[in-house]
Amino acid sequence: MSWKIEVRPADSVADSRGKALLEEAHVSGVDSVRCIQTARGYILGGDRLDRDRAQAAVVALLRDPVCEIASFTGDEPAPEAAHRIDVLRKPGVMDPVAHTVLETLHHLGFEDIDWVRTFSRYFIHGLDADGSGELARRVLANAVIEDVYVDRPDFPTDFAIPPVPFERREVALRESSVAELLDISGRNVLALDEAEMRTVQAHFRDLGRNPTDVELETIAQTWSEHCKHKTFRGVIDFDGEKIDNLLKQTIVRATTELDRDWCVSVFHDNAGIIRFDDEHDVCFKVETHNHPSAIEPYGGAGTGIGGVIRDVLGTGLGARPIASTDVFCVGPLDLEIDKVPRGALHPRRVLRGVVAGVRDYGNRMGIPTVSGAVCFGDRYIGNPLVFCGSVGILPRDKAFKAARTGDAIVVLGGRTGRDGIHGATFSSIELSSESETVSSGAVQIGDPITEKKLLDALLIARDQDLYTSITDCGAGGLSSAVCEMGEELGAEVHLDRVPLKYAGLTYAEIWISEAQERMVVSVPPENVDRLLSVFRAEDVEATVIGTFTDDRRLHLFYRDESVADLEMSFLHDGLPEFHRPARWTLPASSPAPRIPGRPTGEHLKALLARPDIASKEWIIRQYDHEVQAASVLKPLQGATHDGPGDAAVIAPVLGSTVGLAIGCGIDPRTGDLDPGEMARLCIDEALRNVVAVGGDPDHTAILDNFAWGSPERPEALGALVLASRGCYEAAVAYGTPFISGKDSLNNEFRTEDGESVSIPPTLLISALARVPDIRRCLSFELKEPGRHLLLIGKTQAALAGSHIHASLGVSGGSVPRVDLDLGPRILRRVADVIRRGLAAACHDVSDGGLGVALAEMAFSGGVGARVVLANVPTDDELDDWTALFGESPSRFLIEVRREDAQVVAQMLEDLPYICLGTTGGENLVITGRDGQTIIDEPLPPLKAAWQSGLAIMEVHRQGESGS
Amino acid sequence: MSAPRVLVLRTAGVNCDFETEFAFERAGAEADRLHLNALAESPKKLLDYQVLAIPGGFSYGDDVSGGRVFASEMRHRLADVLATFLEQDRLAIGICNGFQVLTNLGALPGPFRTDATPTVSLVNNDSQRYEDRWVHLEVRTPHCAFLEVGDRLYLPVAHGEGKLVAREKTLKQLREQDLIALEYVTPDGEVASYPENPNGSLAGIAGLTDPTGRVLGLMPHPERFILPTQHPSWTRRELPDLGDGARLFAKAVRYFD
Repeated sequence: MSWKIEVRPADSVADSRGKALLEEAHVSGVDSVRCIQTARGYILGGDRLDRDRAQAAVVALLRDPVCEIASFTGDEPAPEAAHRIDVLRKPGVMDPVAHTVLETLHHLGFEDIDWVRTFSRYFIHGLDADGSGELARRVLANAVIEDVYVDRPDFPTDFAIPPVPFERREVALRESSVAELLDISGRNVLALDEAEMRTVQAHFRDLGRNPTDVELETIAQTWSEHCKHKTFRGVIDFDGEKIDNLLKQTIVRATTELDRDWCVSVFHDNAGIIRFDDEHDVCFKVETHNHPSAIEPYGGAGTGIGGVIRDVLGTGLGARPIASTDVFCVGPLDLEIDKVPRGALHPRRVLRGVVAGVRDYGNRMGIPTVSGAVCFGDRYIGNPLVFCGSVGILPRDKAFKAARTGDAIVVLGGRTGRDGIHGATFSSIELSSESETVSSGAVQIGDPITEKKLLDALLIARDQDLYTSITDCGAGGLSSAVCEMGEELGAEVHLDRVPLKYAGLTYAEIWISEAQERMVVSVPPENVDRLLSVFRAEDVEATVIGTFTDDRRLHLFYRDESVADLEMSFLHDGLPEFHRPARWTLPASSPAPRIPGRPTGEHLKALLARPDIASKEWIIRQYDHEVQAASVLKPLQGATHDGPGDAAVIAPVLGSTVGLAIGCGIDPRTGDLDPGEMARLCIDEALRNVVAVGGDPDHTAILDNFAWGSPERPEALGALVLASRGCYEAAVAYGTPFISGKDSLNNEFRTEDGESVSIPPTLLISALARVPDIRRCLSFELKEPGRHLLLIGKTQAALAGSHIHASLGVSGGSVPRVDLDLGPRILRRVADVIRRGLAAACHDVSDGGLGVALAEMAFSGGVGARVVLANVPTDDELDDWTALFGESPSRFLIEVRREDAQVVAQMLEDLPYICLGTTGGENLVITGRDGQTIIDEPLPPLKAAWQSGLAIMEVHRQGESGS
Repeated sequence: MSAPRVLVLRTAGVNCDFETEFAFERAGAEADRLHLNALAESPKKLLDYQVLAIPGGFSYGDDVSGGRVFASEMRHRLADVLATFLEQDRLAIGICNGFQVLTNLGALPGPFRTDATPTVSLVNNDSQRYEDRWVHLEVRTPHCAFLEVGDRLYLPVAHGEGKLVAREKTLKQLREQDLIALEYVTPDGEVASYPENPNGSLAGIAGLTDPTGRVLGLMPHPERFILPTQHPSWTRRELPDLGDGARLFAKAVRYFD
């Protein structure tokens, strides 16, 4: 028997969720819908479950007696003139609520309930049945993971997945032609190319047998771009120049040359580790999760943040995550509905989904999300980018690990299901209008509480020294985790021992499943019992599935039958050398456009309202940015706590005054024009952000995340070479080593017409700086009237790629360039000024230039300013446009008390700087280069413009003050 | 008397346990973090403590609704010892998700009985989303062991389900018995609307106490404002040595003097 139960707000209580969805429907272009009523649904099933018992379960757990009504479906007719929509997760898609409900009901004595499913129910007024279904698909459900039923209260609930009989499968590879090899690769989503397939074929010809399916899958996954970074580590022919291992020659080389003694572990663990204080190290990792987020933004971003958190949990012997970061690149929010290409979601829906995904996962994990950015652009419509970062802290004696022969292989956390099969290889394939259907298996919903429990239990086990090594199950699942840990040893795994969510998985699926919330540890035999009991006490599953051996082979068994027997050396080193051509031609330069007239307050307000620049408060407030109570500078700063801080600062050891500043730099608008310069600009910006709040530039580490188009296009690869070289040059010049990084290539979208749209070359630089004394930290906004406002750094007559160009719809001229001699000197001098407590405010000048930076400082501090553009330091011919809105790097604005002015002037003596003006008054008053006032704006309209940029996302606001 | 002992109870999804422990220890108490499973194994252990603290977080993922499952588990596994604990001269505090647990248990507005059903509920914010922001609060009740009547506190809230709803007659009873512990107010102490009342809570209620005054539940996070650098604009002002939240923990510790 099964019982469908609907729980809805009592008549006396407002259905505020329904109200919010109604507004969202209207924004999404479904105008005629009049009312949406919402309800939560539960299906309780059990062979002997009668109605009275189901009713008792509802009373015991599912209904709030104060403000909810529960009823059995069928007892009450649907409201008149309304259509009933039921949304259910497809069979096999994670349903954490159902899991919790079933477990709790069992604890409460409802042993007669065998299974639980949840669903969402809506009553739609004002649309016909077809219109209601369309609304469901557009606003209420995602067809990739959910089924929608319109007026079908008898919708099917049976979802048992039949068990599959065990059958050892081989793939006939030895005699295959090239065409057949490629067909095998394509059909099984292996993403192996011809040379790779031939190498595999030759290997098995030598062995005199065919591979099993799971052997082939293991090889494909280990050799995937996602895991091996073939492009970065392969051989590139760059216009005749041979580059062997781009990563080693640029990013890693910078770190090696800099040889900082506070770098503890770089590039070889899940995250880079640096020294923090006498007792702790800290680590940082940033990942992308782009393709899943394109198809299912909520699940994609949630599992993205969940995955990078596990990276940190699996760093050294395990770090405690203390902060998260998120950066999104999406299409324009005001895109017309009919311009959304088939196979893509509207950018608003993408942004809403990814924000909710990070929110629900990060908040539930109890990790503050403290830093981020959002960029907008047409070429992100089909292929949005989601970067998720995690910072962790670990005791200094836990930074290194090594599994040992004889250690038990123990899988921890969530169960294995069919979810996420082929994520490692899927991310190496272009998205298309068909992606929704072909790759839904790679999309998942996360279960943050399982991961939180895993975190709690793991750190207890770590502190009791119960295991010798650890890694997370990310892309490639158990295959990747076990083969990585056992590379130097060998491993034997019994796949039938892996706990499953449901029957029906083949041994190969068990091995490569990317089900979330799992980790693998190696446990000395004498510790196994203690480890299992630690996890049992925290209600986390821990299961011994095999042993690390000493024969450097991978043995997989299913019910004692061998299903794989591979040499680790072939897996890890058998990949054929990877060759790719690259070239780069600078885009033809065009002269800088002449912009008529002069800058006005309207231009400034237009810039402030651009979504890239505008307030991200709508996003930030949804994140718990204060949990763990470590925040020192929050992402929103200023007199009324709503201004744009340059970076966030946390002090993760409660009561200690040592902190960490976390910031980033990203500039996709320059990526097309000059990828090398983009890299230098991003590093300069990331460093300015962390230094502006009090970070130590001589104890700052950076991370690279390249999100690129297909490296099979020589121009895209050429751009990657230049950007990597830019990274090397700037990292060395600034003295800031890379400690970790990740690339995500193949970010392209194929439209229905067959046209391939590549994202612009996009580099995210994330910076982590030690703050020696948090009491010296500085927020960016103006503090008091009557003080000096100093501009440090040179302004260039370079507006290409700037927001003012985009705002005016013009292009041309040159991009601003980083002066790698001057930039680092400015950075360190500003850090000195801050360290000595001589600055009252400090803001880096970036997107939107001096005009935007001044406005942000003024309206966030509630203090006006009078400035003059005449003597802005420069080597060029400036006009008011370039002086006010140019985005030249290496510039800071600082507020200085009158009594400190002389000391600061001495400190800056040999640097380009001027006293731009003074603070005070009600307005921001800007005098142009010819002495005439060009802008004289009260602060409230400037702030209002800046706060309007994401207003389109705030559909719920009207409803908020009422009731 | 020696320092009171505080049990910070945690379970799956609780995530403010470390800072709650820190807040009590700074105030001079001795605090232990203990898992529900460990306590349920020997429930009498609860009586070794003077204070029970249920911290913030997302116990059991907020599945079904915030605090519901944790409350069910506590009622099922600890009801008797909890009744004994609350009858005696001891204190209990639930912060954010912990407040939701106490209302679901019927311990607030109380008095707790092993068969109590909830009379107030904390439901979705009017904004329909999780929000993290700082709010002004005023202490209404004169008889809560954690609070000084008339005191003004500035603390962060961070929740998606913090709107208190109750029937008319319950609200009347809350007022008559002085069970309203804290109210959201404007910076000038006036009646607050959004965003100063961050969730649309009935009568601006941010926290409740029970008739004994020894149980407190509140949506805001006092444990997040112990250190001066936790204030959202400390860089603009001279700050006292301690944050507003510290007063609450200090008063609880003094209760046992």
